[in-house]
Amino acid sequence: MNTLTDAWNWLTDSAHWAGDDGVWHRLGQHLVLTVVCLVISCLIALPVALVLGHLGRGGALAVNISNVGRAVPTFAVLVLLLLTPIGDWGEGPTVVALVLFAVPPLLTNAYVGMREVDRDVVRAARGMGMTGRQLLWRVEAPLAMPMILGGVRLAAVQLVATATIAALAGGGGLGRIITAGFNLASTPQVVAGAVLVAVFALLVEAVFEAAERLLPRRGTR
Amino acid sequence: MTAPPDDCLARNEWICGEYLSTRRDILLDAVGQHLQLTVLSVLIGLAIALPLAVVARRWGWAAGPVLAVTTVLYTIPSLAMFSLLLPVYGLSAALVVAGLVLYSLTLLVRNILAGLRAVPEDTRQAARGMGYGPVRLLLTVELPLALPAAMAGLRIATVSAVSLATVGAIVGFGGLGNLIYAGMNTYFKAQVLTASVLCVVIAVAADLLLLGIQWLITPWTRARRG
Repeated sequence: MNTLTDAWNWLTDSAHWAGDDGVWHRLGQHLVLTVVCLVISCLIALPVALVLGHLGRGGALAVNISNVGRAVPTFAVLVLLLLTPIGDWGEGPTVVALVLFAVPPLLTNAYVGMREVDRDVVRAARGMGMTGRQLLWRVEAPLAMPMILGGVRLAAVQLVATATIAALAGGGGLGRIITAGFNLASTPQVVAGAVLVAVFALLVEAVFEAAERLLPRRGTR
Repeated sequence: MTAPPDDCLARNEWICGEYLSTRRDILLDAVGQHLQLTVLSVLIGLAIALPLAVVARRWGWAAGPVLAVTTVLYTIPSLAMFSLLLPVYGLSAALVVAGLVLYSLTLLVRNILAGLRAVPEDTRQAARGMGYGPVRLLLTVELPLALPAAMAGLRIATVSAVSLATVGAIVGFGGLGNLIYAGMNTYFKAQVLTASVLCVVIAVAADLLLLGIQWLITPWTRARRG
């Protein structure tokens, strides 16, 4: 119980929120890393998945890449990248690792979503004379949207987790508060940092949950 | 240790046979710890997840809360999870195991529940008609039929646990993660690469092992296909 009070005192101490090691700065870093990498990952994964799903090719690759991503430890990739020349670019290893781990769920979900579109609907659209491009944009992509967004949500959660682990390998973000706490042997700071990270992750999840609830209403109009 | 100045260790190369032969004991210890952490946490996870899934299946109202709690646990990043458990377990292997158990719960409960729900109602009624009680129905009909889905969950949970165990390096109990962490601080490329590759090898081997076990304990799925 004492640790919890101490962690609470750590969190309510305004000195811990200001400055370069402060919570606000780390929170900003975490948010920027997550958002920027989510955008980059979407730009990489979604076009590939939509085209592959539309053509019905490369399914084994798109589905298995998720399993491979799960087997490779995030921490190992971060450290490996840190020791390569990429390690010299500051946040370089973090960004590359974040993107690497966000791409698989995006790719798999979007591909599966595209393939699960009712084949009768696709045939009907073709029968109406839709071109491949019209079919992709007006029929398949909108119908696959819930699955695609599910992938974006998984990727976002993965990004928040990876950005936290990045702190172990010298990256910025809220994880740094935890690693600094370990270095100082300050359990209250470790717990306070962990609470911040957990709340941040749950907020990200909640934002997507809310977005998903709002979306179907737009679709049925 | 007296290394000649011009071997791959001195040149800090990524791939180094010398490293494998000189640090064999360290590597074997780390692999041993890694296996202990993952096997223990997956087994404990299974022991907790199975009753949870059965309860959630039997009493429908329990399914919502059980799934919600395990999903929340899964959303918490691993580093934060281990850190939150620090006041409870201190710097110990138990902390890492507890964290990994909490992660495996989501995957296991979800998959076992999906497997139990997928048992056809006809099958269940037929068993009841033959005079099966609820316990016998569960043990001899429902659970075996849920095996393929449950094993799929077990495989994902195991592979994830192997990978996440490396983060345990933050408290000094990360198996191969310890070597990666130490290698990072000393820029020891061969150590980082070797430990990383071993992690992936363990994950793939565990996955194949479970696939083999599934093949052995679910002969009826093969008969249908053949």
